[in-house]
Amino acid sequence: MSKAAPRGANSALSQRPLADSRAPDEGDGVETSPSVSDRIAKTTCYMCACRCGIDVHIKDGKVRYINGNKDHPVNRGVICGKGSAGIMQHYSPARLRKPLLRTGPRGSGEFREIEWEEALTIATARLSAIRRTDPKKLAFFTGRDQSQSLTGWWASKFGTPNFAAHGGFCSVNMAAGGLYTIGGSFWEFGEPDWDNTKYFMLFGVAEDHDSNPIKIGLGKLKARGAKVVSINPCRTGYNAIADDWIGIRPGTDGLFVLALVHELLKAGRVDLDYLLRYTNAPVLVVQEPGAADDGLFVRDGDGNPLAWDRVAKTPVNAAGPEAKPALMGSYTVNGRPCVPVFQLMADRYLDDSYSPDAVAERCGVSADTIRRIAAELAHVAFEQTIELPVAWTDWAGRRHDTIKGRPVSMHAMRGISAHSNGFHTCRAIHLLQVLLGTVDVPGGFRFKPPYPRCAPPGPKPCGKKARPMTPLDGMPLGFVCSPDDLLVDEAGRPTRIDKAYSWEAPLAAHGLMHSVIRNAWAGDPYPIDTLMMYMSNMAWNSSMNTVETIAMLTDKDEAGAYRIPFIIYSDAYYSETVPFADLVLPDTTYLERHDCISLLDRPIGHADGAADAIRHPVVQPDRDVRPFQSVLIELGARLGLPGFVDEGGSAKYRDYADYIVNHERTPGIGPLAGWRGKNGGAIGRGDVNPNQLQRYIDNGGFWYHEFADDQRYYKMGNRAYLDFAVEMGFIAKAEPIVFQLYSEPMQRFRLAARGHGKVQPPDAERGRIEAYMDPLPFWYAPFEDDSVDLNKYPLHALTQRPMHMYHSWGSQNAWLRQITSQNRLFVHRKTASKLGLADDDWVWIESINGRVKGQIKLVDGVNPDTVWTWNAIGKRRGSWGLQDDAGESNRGFLLNHIIGDQTSADANGRRYSNSDPVTGQAAWFDVRVRIVKCARHEAGFTEPQFERFAQPPHFEPSPDVLRFGAEFRMKREAAE
Amino acid sequence: MTCLPSHTDKKLGLVIDLDTCVGCQACVTACKEWNTGGHMAPLTDIDPYGGHADGVWFNRVHSYEHTTELGGRTVNFPRSCLHCEQPACVTVCPTGASYKRASDGIVLVDEDKCIGCKLCSWACPYGAREFDTDVGVMKKCTLCVDRIYNENLAEDDRVPACVAACPTSARHFGDLGDPVSAISQLVEERGGVALMPELGYQPTNKYLPPRARSGRAAKVDAPALEPIRAEGGFLGWVDRMLSN
Amino acid sequence: MHPAFSVVFFTTATGAGYGLLTLLGLLGGLGFTPADFWLGLVGMGLSLGLIAAGLLSSAGHLGRPERAWRALSQWRSSWLSREGVASVTTFIPACMFGIGWVFLGKSGGWVAVAGLLAAGGAVTTVCATGMIYASLKPIAQWHSRYTLPAYLIFSAMTGGVLANAWLQAFKLGSTAVLSWALLATLAGWGWKLATWRYNDRLEIPTNANTATGLAGGTVRSIEWPHTEENYVLKEMGFRIARKHSAKLRLITQVLAFAVPAILLATVFFLPWPLGAIASVLATVAQLAGMLVERWLFFAEAKHTVTLYYGRE
Repeated sequence: MSKAAPRGANSALSQRPLADSRAPDEGDGVETSPSVSDRIAKTTCYMCACRCGIDVHIKDGKVRYINGNKDHPVNRGVICGKGSAGIMQHYSPARLRKPLLRTGPRGSGEFREIEWEEALTIATARLSAIRRTDPKKLAFFTGRDQSQSLTGWWASKFGTPNFAAHGGFCSVNMAAGGLYTIGGSFWEFGEPDWDNTKYFMLFGVAEDHDSNPIKIGLGKLKARGAKVVSINPCRTGYNAIADDWIGIRPGTDGLFVLALVHELLKAGRVDLDYLLRYTNAPVLVVQEPGAADDGLFVRDGDGNPLAWDRVAKTPVNAAGPEAKPALMGSYTVNGRPCVPVFQLMADRYLDDSYSPDAVAERCGVSADTIRRIAAELAHVAFEQTIELPVAWTDWAGRRHDTIKGRPVSMHAMRGISAHSNGFHTCRAIHLLQVLLGTVDVPGGFRFKPPYPRCAPPGPKPCGKKARPMTPLDGMPLGFVCSPDDLLVDEAGRPTRIDKAYSWEAPLAAHGLMHSVIRNAWAGDPYPIDTLMMYMSNMAWNSSMNTVETIAMLTDKDEAGAYRIPFIIYSDAYYSETVPFADLVLPDTTYLERHDCISLLDRPIGHADGAADAIRHPVVQPDRDVRPFQSVLIELGARLGLPGFVDEGGSAKYRDYADYIVNHERTPGIGPLAGWRGKNGGAIGRGDVNPNQLQRYIDNGGFWYHEFADDQRYYKMGNRAYLDFAVEMGFIAKAEPIVFQLYSEPMQRFRLAARGHGKVQPPDAERGRIEAYMDPLPFWYAPFEDDSVDLNKYPLHALTQRPMHMYHSWGSQNAWLRQITSQNRLFVHRKTASKLGLADDDWVWIESINGRVKGQIKLVDGVNPDTVWTWNAIGKRRGSWGLQDDAGESNRGFLLNHIIGDQTSADANGRRYSNSDPVTGQAAWFDVRVRIVKCARHEAGFTEPQFERFAQPPHFEPSPDVLRFGAEFRMKREAAE
Repeated sequence: MTCLPSHTDKKLGLVIDLDTCVGCQACVTACKEWNTGGHMAPLTDIDPYGGHADGVWFNRVHSYEHTTELGGRTVNFPRSCLHCEQPACVTVCPTGASYKRASDGIVLVDEDKCIGCKLCSWACPYGAREFDTDVGVMKKCTLCVDRIYNENLAEDDRVPACVAACPTSARHFGDLGDPVSAISQLVEERGGVALMPELGYQPTNKYLPPRARSGRAAKVDAPALEPIRAEGGFLGWVDRMLSN
Repeated sequence: MHPAFSVVFFTTATGAGYGLLTLLGLLGGLGFTPADFWLGLVGMGLSLGLIAAGLLSSAGHLGRPERAWRALSQWRSSWLSREGVASVTTFIPACMFGIGWVFLGKSGGWVAVAGLLAAGGAVTTVCATGMIYASLKPIAQWHSRYTLPAYLIFSAMTGGVLANAWLQAFKLGSTAVLSWALLATLAGWGWKLATWRYNDRLEIPTNANTATGLAGGTVRSIEWPHTEENYVLKEMGFRIARKHSAKLRLITQVLAFAVPAILLATVFFLPWPLGAIASVLATVAQLAGMLVERWLFFAEAKHTVTLYYGRE
């Protein structure tokens, strides 16, 4: 019997079918070859942000089974707990059925059904009036949106700067920290070299983003016996399988990492050659306190940063291939006293304040452990180097016979992101990787295309001024490089409703969705008219300070009008946010829609190749619902937005599918990179191909272009790769990407704080800007640590989504919710014993922002000063199709209730968004709490409790018994 | 027939790597999803949206903390039918509904013969039997008998759903009766163990114990870092390095 | 183990019924007790009634009672099937014996053979019932040398106490039967105390370590696979508080053993009808006590699957 080459991730010899997979003659009447499906539709999962390829088996018009697509570059045939439960999401009883118009008070859930025409007419009238008068009065914020290149473009054409997705409360520290440093990021923008790494460090990663690739990777590490070190206060999930678990105190990772940097520098275990070639370590920095260019790079006439040539003893272009730059010393160039970046780094990190002994107590990690990890990193990076026998050419044309690598890799995510010091911590981790010479090398951390890009990438945010009937100059989100790029008015006030790109959050690359409701309610910086949201549960688990947020959504002014005048919301399901909308636009499920997973957006792919993908309807909706993207395109046409209508004013795109194929962002570049050109022969750039979607469908729903062997590493300086990236439109010029260990853009903000430059911060902001826009990574305590009485609130409180629910709206899912329908507060056994608490006790969890009640579970695998719980299990009665006695609304709790959305007032009485001061990333994990056993009569049920939502018209009560699959069997047996 | 076959041609089973399982529940829902439309369909869920949800699942993942003098580890532990060589769940069955296949050793239930006496669930030490109260019969893991031989599936898909799904590659499938099979060798190499061996059920499925906190853990024998002591300190070191 | 009433009642009632049937078969068949229509009818009615009620109750435990007949097929491997076969088979000689002894007023001859066969069948059935439990390795409290004798002793005891009450009620009290009932009650008491003592000191080699294959140290459950209780937990995860259990053990001892023993002892000295009343009271107390005993038999039995859920 001939065997094809094994496909997919699980193709070890011990994971393959039997050598002879013919059914034995058992004679027991078991049907071993039942028909599985009438057809298999290959599309893309949407149970989370991972976007795996799936094979959907359709039987009798119903979804019978979903498994992973073995050929897909993201998941290679595996599928997670969510993806396998997609059927229950698709058939959820909480699905919205028809457009809804509010009839009762906001938040009651009282609606009447309306036709789509009426819904679109209402929306068009409202939006049209806004566009004619003041477009910024539309705040358009999307949540788990996988079509941001469309939604952002729509906002831009509408003319409002007030657009963002949920990145601001999710992971912008991770994105910005990486993009401003190495032009790439952890997140899903890069990945460890799973096949070659020998030492893997995982910082603060729960099961978020890139989940199947990480799991596949961990499986590879385990199979090869590579060492896994996890730095995480909780020993769950990935951390459970670490060879070394370091249960660090939350918010101190930056300190821990900089102590490693200290040790490595002190021992001279850093890759100087790598620093010279790929980083700005040799670049000269002006050292003249008080000067307008203090801390900026010394440049030549063409603007090239200069270094000091230690051989020629002259300043040289730092990027010149022949330069022999110095890394240490003080020089005078063009009359300016200056030192190399590396000298500044050495000065800072060799200081004893970063020594293991100095940080150990604060981190809750022994100095010996820190020293051991530093020694292990150095040993693997420098003594266990690997060399791939592949010749390649660098950007300067130098030929290398092999690809050399230092097999240490790292990954970090939300545990790092969700603190008010997350941006600098993330930069510190990248600094550590770069010092070891492990970025985009064999065995190191690798970029996924279209990264790396310039650090930071090019486009600036647009929308300083919003004008009636006028599109923005570009996209609302981008990357600022100096105060000149901020979106503030002459008085320094934010021009965006979320205050992104203002002095409060200068590098807010993803906006601050978590600030929108408060700001819109307060009319600060200005009142808005309409809040339009998509797929984000802002009246519940996606907001901090839920109770007050709900109050703001329903608050009225003196005249009795809602302070946030109109709310349009689109979602597929009856979430806790739907009842707060005035107009509800019901979306489809992920199996009923078109989508594109675009390189213009958050890309999928692999370090070894570029990829994008589509979704296409594999079953038809049985309800009067429409995909939101098609609705948005139709609204664009009805509003006559440029780009959405042709010269004659009629709709340019029929629907989203039509847009995906025919839209061109710049000539030849559209949402999809595969099969471009009339005949589908081009990739990246090319004419519109009317058959493009079919080509995707024929290929299993995705396009994947694998790199040649010599394009796969050192992408920041690899000529073959850079040329390809230019061809594809990823980057503008085939120039090397220089890692910015020292961030000049940040220093420009500092200079502004010191009074230099024409765009000046308000005086009240100067201190914050000076402190936090430090051009080199540093560590400071999370804000809440400094503002609450730690004797009163001694514990850190964290949340994580369970792996089987991350990003997946799981509580409506009959299968997933059985796994977790009540969340416990996990408390260290010793901590509980000190507090006189026993397993299963009910406790009040109290912060300065309020209290919430839940049940505890004692564990050993947690930092003793930390308690944690599964997030977003607690649900409000009447939502998600859950019955009134559901564990979610009776015993489960939401920690969000006690996480403030604002910081405590500072000396000036100013309260800021509870966010990172650099990026505006929501600081979920800063909260400090205490836990107190509740009175006997209070045990057994959660508080606070909320009024039950009314159910929308024609909502069927959820079934008491679910017999999913019985119909397939009956049909099968009837046929026998 | 509930008498056990004296010999089975194969001993098909699973091997689960506790060193690698992250507890993601992929195998759990993949199993549910396949089997709820498969041989024992449906895997009924009682009160699926209420406060006492109780469904039939053939595979469930527990989490434990294992603490020894060497330290602690969190262990995620998938539990399903072990397809024992001495399955008392079969021999106690009064009707012949439970049986062990002579060809491949899979333990199955013939639902048409099951009277729902539940004795098999009492006889199984591992909790692998799942009673479907809606239809009044016992159900259980079939080792995906309707996948592993299924001619309607692509050949490389003919493995149990849980094995196909597992994102960390922690699940393995094969003939544990064949000492030279890849799966048997994996068990051998990794010191795979049977659960509750003292009860004598001789489970076919094996578990590979976690390596951390054992001699098998990945480790790096790195010498301690020594501060630069050479002339000129750090500056001198950088100079020397660059001039090399 | 979950003490389902259907099973608690089933084992208690059939135990008493078969115990009585054994005595009837022996006493009636061999002519120790005179053939008398009403006496016989009541005796056989009680015996077969208890057996039938018990079996019916057990069918209530089934998910598909209409298929119960299938349970007769696997007697070669299954104690439950053997119990079924034995119980059904026993009805044949029992009915023949009943016809001969009650309706035809005969003893000896074929009636004696039928009576002896019925007695044999009854003992066999009780043995099979006991073996169902005794053979279950996952439940250490049952999988012991105490279980089978317990079923036999309790059957003999409740059957004896019933037989005594039956004879006493018909003013046919027999010192031998009364002595048998008293001695069996004392034996049952002793056996139960010994069983509890054994179970309380039981050191089970199976623990969370062997259940998970995680050697050494402690293994603690931190999360169940599902939030709510599932079938396995509902059926086999029953827990009873030590305090509660101690109380019920006391009630068992008082109702099933102490009170019947004292009452039976007084019967030696009491004239009719006081002796008869005391005998009936002893029966009622004992059967009530045995229901509690059987409830505890389940409630105190720990299935190994609870190890997976941290219910140790």
